[in-house]
Amino acid sequence: MARLRYFGRLMDLLGASSETLALPAGVTDTRALRRWLDNDRHLGGALLEKSVRMVVNDEIVNDPWAISDADEIAFLPPVGGG
Amino acid sequence: MISLIDHPFDAADALRDFETRAAGAGAIASFTGLVRGTGKMGIVKTLHLQAFDPLTERGIIAAIGEAKMRWPLSDQTVIHRTGDLVPGEPIVFVATASAHRRAALEAVDYLMDYLKTEAVFWKKETTATGAHWIEPRPEDYTDRNRWSKTGE
Repeated sequence: MARLRYFGRLMDLLGASSETLALPAGVTDTRALRRWLDNDRHLGGALLEKSVRMVVNDEIVNDPWAISDADEIAFLPPVGGG
Repeated sequence: MISLIDHPFDAADALRDFETRAAGAGAIASFTGLVRGTGKMGIVKTLHLQAFDPLTERGIIAAIGEAKMRWPLSDQTVIHRTGDLVPGEPIVFVATASAHRRAALEAVDYLMDYLKTEAVFWKKETTATGAHWIEPRPEDYTDRNRWSKTGE
């Protein structure tokens, strides 16, 4: 099972700070995950925004980055600073 | 030293501790940031700060490393709150020690610009009209760009 984490406004949008799920067949990279999840949750493109960065196992990555059910995958909206 | 803490801290105590630790330096500069009582959406009731470890801490460590390349610092500390805060509470404390004042002052300013724009935090302000996530202001980026080596 992959662990997904959501930060900032995405946490409110997804209704949780994290969840675990089995990645559907065909969702093998970050770009595919953005598309599938955005569609599945009816988010209207919020996860497709370029300003939303992806982190896989604590490393910021660029799309498309290979992912599997063993990964922790985070969605980061633009940081607001402290 | 870096501390991300989810409970209130006393900036005066933090400065005293730093002065003890940095004894022997010719100059110590510090900055304390407080939660403002008025935000874009009106009177602020609470401010929620969310961090993402280890990314938040790693980013601050890198910014300190950059500051130490630019200025001869003998010591430095960054304390940053997470969790729920109310107006007037300290949210961030930065202190640096160096042989001379300019290095200490500029390094504090540099670290604050990093913390205000690039540090991995998300802020949610609660006002009378509800809760809103805050994104950086354009002038925060301008402040940060002052330090750009390329001038871009």
